[in-house]
Amino acid sequence: MTQHNRAIFQPTGQIQFGIFFQGVNSGTIWKASESGSQTDFESFRRIVQTAERGKFAAFFLGEGLRLREHLGRPHALDVAGRPDAQTMLAALAAVTRNIGLVATQNTTYNDPADLAHRLSSLDLISGGRAAWNVVTTDNAWTGANFRRGGYLDHADRYKHAEAFVETAKRIWDSWETSSGPARPVLHEGQHYTVDVTPRLARSAQYRPVLFQAGDSPDGRDFAARQADVIFSAHPKFDDAVEFRRDIVARSVAAGRGANAVQIMPASEFILAATDQEAQEKKAWVRSLQIGPQQAIAYLEQFWGRELTEYDPDGPLPEIDPAVEETSETRGSGFHGAKARQLADQWRAEAKDKGLSIRQFVTSRTARVDATFTGSYTAIADHLSEYARVGAVDGFNISPWLIPTGLDDIVNHLVPELQERGVYPTDYRGTTLRENLGIETPVRSTESVPA
Amino acid sequence: MSTFEERKAGFLAIELDGAGYQNLAAAVLAAESAGFHAATFADAPAPGRVNALQRAAFVGPVTRNIALVPEVDTVYTEPFHISTQLASLDYVSGGRAGWIVTAVDSSEAAAAVGRSHVSGEALAQEAAASVEVGRRLWDSWEDDAVIRDVATGRYLDVDKLHYVDFETPADFAGPAYSVKGPSIIPRPLQGQLPVLAAASLVGEGLVPVDSVDAVLVSAPTPELLVAEVRDVRARLGAAVAVVAELDVVLDSRGQPAVSRFASSAESGSTAEAGRARFVGSSAGLADVLDSLLKEADGVRLHPAVLDVELEELSRLVLPELRQRGSLRAPLQDGTFRDLLGLERPASRYANTTIAAIGSEN
Ligand SMILES: Cc1cc2nc3c(=O)[nH]c(=O)nc-3n(C[C@H](O)[C@H](O)[C@H](O)COP(=O)(O)O)c2cc1C
Repeated sequence: MTQHNRAIFQPTGQIQFGIFFQGVNSGTIWKASESGSQTDFESFRRIVQTAERGKFAAFFLGEGLRLREHLGRPHALDVAGRPDAQTMLAALAAVTRNIGLVATQNTTYNDPADLAHRLSSLDLISGGRAAWNVVTTDNAWTGANFRRGGYLDHADRYKHAEAFVETAKRIWDSWETSSGPARPVLHEGQHYTVDVTPRLARSAQYRPVLFQAGDSPDGRDFAARQADVIFSAHPKFDDAVEFRRDIVARSVAAGRGANAVQIMPASEFILAATDQEAQEKKAWVRSLQIGPQQAIAYLEQFWGRELTEYDPDGPLPEIDPAVEETSETRGSGFHGAKARQLADQWRAEAKDKGLSIRQFVTSRTARVDATFTGSYTAIADHLSEYARVGAVDGFNISPWLIPTGLDDIVNHLVPELQERGVYPTDYRGTTLRENLGIETPVRSTESVPA
Repeated sequence: MSTFEERKAGFLAIELDGAGYQNLAAAVLAAESAGFHAATFADAPAPGRVNALQRAAFVGPVTRNIALVPEVDTVYTEPFHISTQLASLDYVSGGRAGWIVTAVDSSEAAAAVGRSHVSGEALAQEAAASVEVGRRLWDSWEDDAVIRDVATGRYLDVDKLHYVDFETPADFAGPAYSVKGPSIIPRPLQGQLPVLAAASLVGEGLVPVDSVDAVLVSAPTPELLVAEVRDVRARLGAAVAVVAELDVVLDSRGQPAVSRFASSAESGSTAEAGRARFVGSSAGLADVLDSLLKEADGVRLHPAVLDVELEELSRLVLPELRQRGSLRAPLQDGTFRDLLGLERPASRYANTTIAAIGSEN
């Protein structure tokens, strides 16, 4: 057997899909007549079973622990309101067999022993299909919903997250054998102490698979040390290749193999039989995602004031933002942008390109970069190129329609990818770890205090 | 057209903890088809015990009529998370979820989350606060908050979303906290999930009686149970449903209950100190339940060995009780509130129409 150099990345030549069922966003269109409920269990059942028919590796649920706001009130325009991730995934475990069940869970507003226990519960109930997407939201605004309040400095969030994940791993490692007995886990840290004797044995996949979402240098280093898979924000080809290079370097520096961390970027697919049709479909989807009110509201987030008197089909407002920073923007991820500077920049750009408010906002929304538009064959060819060079390990798809948003992908794109030999024709096993091809962790004895 | 007899007929709940997690679906289906009205899921820390709320969620999609009622601790958990999780359970079970409020008295549970040990009266204060947060959050989206109004581009009517602004009371024993709200999930299907708690946790200076829908009543022996049910009803009033707690060990497969009890006690079953235990034949149990159901609104059974007792209960005991008219027919596609005879309440925040009724015309 040839000994691969663990410092050199080896493409697998394969890609896999996950689905990111987003409960809160402007990307999921609700205005179309085909659009169903965001909260009914049947929506979740339908979409997870479609994904499983398409041999998707994983079903993701996001998390947001405070309702997003706009100008000081809950945001009225976008889809909002979602079930608790682990509760929903436990229910979906009963109606699926192979697909991985990924819960986005925050390290700031959970307790490590409690979260580790609940994730183990999901892992056992699902027969070894659970995963944790580690996120690190830290704002006091979200903290207002919790006992501790907003207690964590921004600069500390990854230190805290790392101690949290380490503790969870020690809890999952603490079993002498897969059935027992467990040794106590102690952690005394800056933010909390944990003293627990774990109660649940290892699952069929040893412990939940770890995903990470977060893009800063600290976030990437944290992922390189701790995660099995990164839920990245870099789906475009060149960007994806560069991100892979960066993660490989960080994983090797962290003492893990070049292939140790998989990458699945967030993405959106707008597909049809021909490229022409797909482009038309995209225009239709965008018109429903960014309606006139969404376009104005988007600018209002940065301007920090009402702009309802402006014409969505006219130029960007001449009036200046009412705020220094876009701190009013609760929960949208734009904290701290310099409002005036941004406004000047945007006005210039829109004028340059001759864009109306609505056209400008459509061109700016995050998903534009994450969208694959084209015919089934063209996109299958394009994705095969990702597989060939190993730009990514897969894509985490946010459907723009619930619950039928995966139908065309599963019915048309997946078979094309299978024909090209770059997509699994069946599940490799029953656990998520097996299906992703991730090695079983080696129990670290040093991590368990005697 | 319900006769007096039918109205008096009670319901039966079964504790499913003994099913573990591997045979959960089979166990709950067996309980549902036997005619049990509710399944409960214990959650106190114990080796091998998987999170109760997740076990309840798992069986949601595979069942249709049986109510699913997990225990959820109020002391070392986050009220905001609990509220969302329970509302989510209501969604995945089609409105069949409930909540058994517990207040864990354990220094190990405290150490696990790095908090100091809460005990005594402070336990009830923690429970009362968590229930209040949970209930306010369930109401924080009015029923028709999701409007999907294409003309105005509004998915939500924000006038129907409410900050709950909960603050622990001034005399709160533990560390004070506040919860802002609104919830991150729309109002549960039932509006408010039925909330159950041990009778010992409910009353003046404890968890207020009007914040629970049913109480669980224990007594040391089956004989004392009827008297205790009466006492609790007298103490708490008629508005709250009363559920009697009973351990059962039955003669089975040619083995007398007494000898089965001796061995199950050794193997450490679900038995809890202070809870009445019936040990004997199915016919004897039917008599006991018949008289209990005349006093209590329901009885929760804790089988010594789930598979074994469930078989006897479903084959002999429940049919006998139905025959005698002391057991209600299972509810078809109903909610847990329906089972308890509770109306679906309006949100406390729902705008009362400010109408000038006939004053100035
Ligand atoms: C693709 C992707 C998905 C994310 N999903 C969530 C989510 O569901 N909930 C959440 O609280 N944060 C989510 N985040 C936010 C991250 O956890 C993190 O807080 C944020 O990216 C800031 O960290 P950073 O500075 O390292 O990027 C997501 C981030 C990315 C890149």
